[in-house]
Amino acid sequence: MHLINPTRSRPGDHTAASRSRRTLRARRWAGWLFALPALAFYAVFNFRPILLSIQYSFYDWDGIGASTWAGLENYRAVFTDPEQLSSLLHAFYLILFFTVLPVTLALISASVMRQIQGKFTGTLARTMLFLPQIIPGAAAGVAWTWMYSDNGVVNQLLRAVGLESAARPWLGDFTWALTAVGFIGTWLSTGLCTMLLLAGIGKIDGSLYEAARIDGAGAIRQFRSVTLPGLRNEIGVCVTITVIAALASFDVVYLATQGGPGTQTMVPGVMVYNLAFNESRLGAASALAVVLALIVIAVIVPLQRLFRER
Amino acid sequence: MPTSTPVRTLRRRAPGLLLIAAASLYSIVPLLSMMSAALAPQGSFPSGLSWPSDPHWHNFIDAWNVANITTLLQSSTMIVLGVVPIAVLISTMAAYAIAILAIPLGRIFYTVLVLTLTLPYEIVIVPLYEQNKDMGLLGSQWALILPLIGLNMPFAVFWMRAHFVNVPRELSEAAGLDGAGPWQALRHIHLPLARPAIASLTLLMFLSTWNQFLLALVLIDDPTKRTMAGALQAFTTKYSTDQVLLNAGALLIMAPTIIVFLFLQRHFVKALLQGAVKG
Repeated sequence: MHLINPTRSRPGDHTAASRSRRTLRARRWAGWLFALPALAFYAVFNFRPILLSIQYSFYDWDGIGASTWAGLENYRAVFTDPEQLSSLLHAFYLILFFTVLPVTLALISASVMRQIQGKFTGTLARTMLFLPQIIPGAAAGVAWTWMYSDNGVVNQLLRAVGLESAARPWLGDFTWALTAVGFIGTWLSTGLCTMLLLAGIGKIDGSLYEAARIDGAGAIRQFRSVTLPGLRNEIGVCVTITVIAALASFDVVYLATQGGPGTQTMVPGVMVYNLAFNESRLGAASALAVVLALIVIAVIVPLQRLFRER
Repeated sequence: MPTSTPVRTLRRRAPGLLLIAAASLYSIVPLLSMMSAALAPQGSFPSGLSWPSDPHWHNFIDAWNVANITTLLQSSTMIVLGVVPIAVLISTMAAYAIAILAIPLGRIFYTVLVLTLTLPYEIVIVPLYEQNKDMGLLGSQWALILPLIGLNMPFAVFWMRAHFVNVPRELSEAAGLDGAGPWQALRHIHLPLARPAIASLTLLMFLSTWNQFLLALVLIDDPTKRTMAGALQAFTTKYSTDQVLLNAGALLIMAPTIIVFLFLQRHFVKALLQGAVKG
């Protein structure tokens, strides 16, 4: 505890001491004047809505008429309505593409690029790698809708290598649409993860590699015993950010597929939006949103533990 | 270690170089592909990636007009100017109160903020819409500005507190002994020191506000009053069949953040990497 405390009291002077203690306490409370605006905005536009979502989730309400108590019915629907349940499963499937694939790719790139630290990770490459992070997710959705379209780049490449038969409008394909959406997520997060891991790998003491090499460790042993433990923190960061992006995805999916074809790419974010603003089922939408938030917490907290422990 | 000859160095570096070239290319191919489509003649059916022999730069002017870019730029700018300065100011003050002034119950406030830091926006959109309706905000940019300030508080306070707890204790104590009140200490001692942290926070917040899509879509009915990203949806539904105009318009909508990024590249990279590690 360190305070701005100019009051100095002589020992033995009781009244002065208690007075100064009182002014001290008053002064500490006065510090709330600094925090009050933030508290007010947070309470009204963040905390209250969270509580209201929880409240709504127990009611049937169309936003206009009277609401009726529904108990746990909306929550039951989250896990029994095939469309809602599959949206949650899709979110977990997307983790493969938003998290596992980018982190793996970033680990490989970062360990290969370790050799050329600083020189070629220079301005141009850095700029390009970061671009997917800079543009709005919604715009990435438009870009990839075009990439995946009938005569887009993906099919162009397939035809160029003679895989004519594999070419298809990917986002409209019942089997492949969700995977195609997943690869948009891969594109979004790989650059950021690579840069993060590259920054982390630069901080690993070079003598550790030296020592491992003297011990006869090959490239793979070095990777497992030096690189991987040294990047624990950075990997944790990548995993956390991208898992949240996968579970709570909205922008990209909404613009690329709106959940279609059928409900093949329906994710919780788009489902909440549809339930609330197209079907006017505010209670059902809120229940799904609450479940989604709980899932995010349930996944993130253990991950944080896993990557933080030393 | 033998001294490395240029050839040996090159050979050692080749895999890394190739990889970084491939990764960079992969990052920009979608944008290049949009560019090639945007330059094709209007009404044609361009294909993925082919530089048109006769680029139609005029498409961008047409797209600028049909996508209402002028209006959108104004609207986005207004939203950013409404959110970022206020959010940065009040979160800095709150973090200062929590970390330096050690206000009573400050820890609890901070803990609650951190607990809600990772919650997805999905959990607030429905009540925010209802709340805005009750407050009569729907239809104006305030419907987005006020909630975004509130929603930015967890990260912003978290970020600024992380800065303030690392300020050497002696500094604030010295300020106290000089008889400076908390306001003077903040203004003359802590704010100058916090400048780098504030700059990074400002950039991150600019980016997230400008690119905000879900909240803009939900909270503002009129597409011309949304953020540029939020207006994309209206534009794509309208021109979904016209690949040329669609891609030209989408590129224009992305352009401002890309341009700002190119100018402040170094700061952005630093802020994004720091932001990721702290978040």
